[in-house]
Amino acid sequence: MLWHKDNSELPAFQVLEPGAMTTVQDLGRFGFQAFGVPVSGALDQFSARVANWLVGNPSGAALLEVTFMGPKLKVQGDCQVAVTGAEVQLLLNGKEAQTWRALRVRPGDEIWVRQAKAGMRAYLAVTGGVEVPLVMGSRSTYVGARLGGLEGRPLKKGDVILRGSACPREQQMRLPDEYKPLWNQQIRLRTVLGPQEDFFEEGLKVFLESQFLVSPQIDRMGYRLDGPQVHRKPEAPQSIISEPSLPGAVQIPPDGKPIVLLVEQTVGGYAKIATVIWPDLPFLAQARPGDRIRFSAVTLAEAHQIYREFMARLEAIRMLLEAPAENPFSLAP
Amino acid sequence: MGLYREPLLRLMGDRGVLLEYGDSIEPEVNLKVRTMAALLESRPIKGILEAVPTYRSLLIIYDPMLTEPQSLRESLRALEKITTQANVPPPRLIEIPVCYGGELGPDIEFVANYHKIKVDEVIRIHSSPCYQIYMMGFTPGFPFLGVLPKILETPRLDTPRLHVPAGSVAIASNQTGIYPISSPGGWRLIGRTPIKLFRPEEREPFLYKAGDLIKFIPVDRKEFDALAQRQL
Repeated sequence: MLWHKDNSELPAFQVLEPGAMTTVQDLGRFGFQAFGVPVSGALDQFSARVANWLVGNPSGAALLEVTFMGPKLKVQGDCQVAVTGAEVQLLLNGKEAQTWRALRVRPGDEIWVRQAKAGMRAYLAVTGGVEVPLVMGSRSTYVGARLGGLEGRPLKKGDVILRGSACPREQQMRLPDEYKPLWNQQIRLRTVLGPQEDFFEEGLKVFLESQFLVSPQIDRMGYRLDGPQVHRKPEAPQSIISEPSLPGAVQIPPDGKPIVLLVEQTVGGYAKIATVIWPDLPFLAQARPGDRIRFSAVTLAEAHQIYREFMARLEAIRMLLEAPAENPFSLAP
Repeated sequence: MGLYREPLLRLMGDRGVLLEYGDSIEPEVNLKVRTMAALLESRPIKGILEAVPTYRSLLIIYDPMLTEPQSLRESLRALEKITTQANVPPPRLIEIPVCYGGELGPDIEFVANYHKIKVDEVIRIHSSPCYQIYMMGFTPGFPFLGVLPKILETPRLDTPRLHVPAGSVAIASNQTGIYPISSPGGWRLIGRTPIKLFRPEEREPFLYKAGDLIKFIPVDRKEFDALAQRQL
């Protein structure tokens, strides 16, 4: 594990209001899918990484994933925080503060991440990372098995959140606007077809040419979509022998309504028509009920090209935010 | 049909390939899947992050910056040639004590009535075979075990229970399994084990893995309570 700290931990926040569902997440719990343990982790890994880099943390530090309606926190120690992801109103001591940048906070300060105006999930990183026990190599919360995070559950009022012992940075970094993602209500998700695209014929056309609506049934396991029915070929079986799934896999149950599987699922028994490419998953994670989704198909070679470009972009952002004081994006006085 | 002559390689997005070894739930298909999973464990291939075995397919999760499906196919073929099943460690036999019936197995009467046999018979038949773990999933540590003796094949519940207690031993169609943690579930509950099957805080969080064999050992309520006490 690269992310190593000594055992000291510092108080960071007291939870005044937990929000709709706020959990501790990192980049995921790997190596146990063969045992039925899903990866969990931040749904929008772009925003999660940037939040950590803004406060000087490594990519994999634990942070808070805020779902739709955010928490109100009382700061208990000197640190930096950064809020990224969904477009939220962020209040620091009742005054509007900027997202996508590091903020220096002090004991007694009050941070309030208010309801998302666009996007679905905000990420709040703190200097040193949120300190909870490492369970099976990860600090991510998997509520379904009460695993990881803060006792395996979402935050509740009165919780005290600790942080790892790193010194708050002097510079207050911000993400240049050109790198900020926009959360639209019309979302295009690129996919690689398969593994069971051969179960579909007309259905494949419907899938690629229609618009789907994000239903209210969305969670970390998956997103159910409404819209035209995606039919299998009459001779294709209703379901398949249970097989593994990856985040982004689009399964089609007998009712023809796509379900895009996310990070709290390891196996499934419905045919999967396509899989959303990894760089587009943050856009799905930020989709909210009522948003419109269109799928397109790219070849594997195209998908890998997009992947490399995405990684290069992430790397560029990381370098920018890690850079020392003379960095033009530092807001140091 | 059963086992394919060559595994089918199916794409799962930009970082997964699914190797499909057959089209049915059969020991020889599953053996192929697990053999490959074990080979990969003993001889890691560059770029492979994780391999997930299920009934008839093996998901290989890879880093697209390090490899891609064509080279993976080559490496996997080579691996199959230089190694054989003989290199795979034999399955372990795990004994799981179960207290059948009563409040710990509320559906056992239904199962007995459904097949017009006595509850004792259900217990005897269910605890006779060494079941193979075909795959794990649904919840952490849930083993899908086969094959249940035909005489016990019972349909699942019409409406799943919202809360199945941890340790519940259950059957559905030709399968049996154990719920390692409390969760919803639609299988028929016939007993419960006092053994803690998922220990996330330990270095080895699971007692078994896909490919191992499980044998259920009937115990009475007194033994169950004593064993449960020791688990704490």
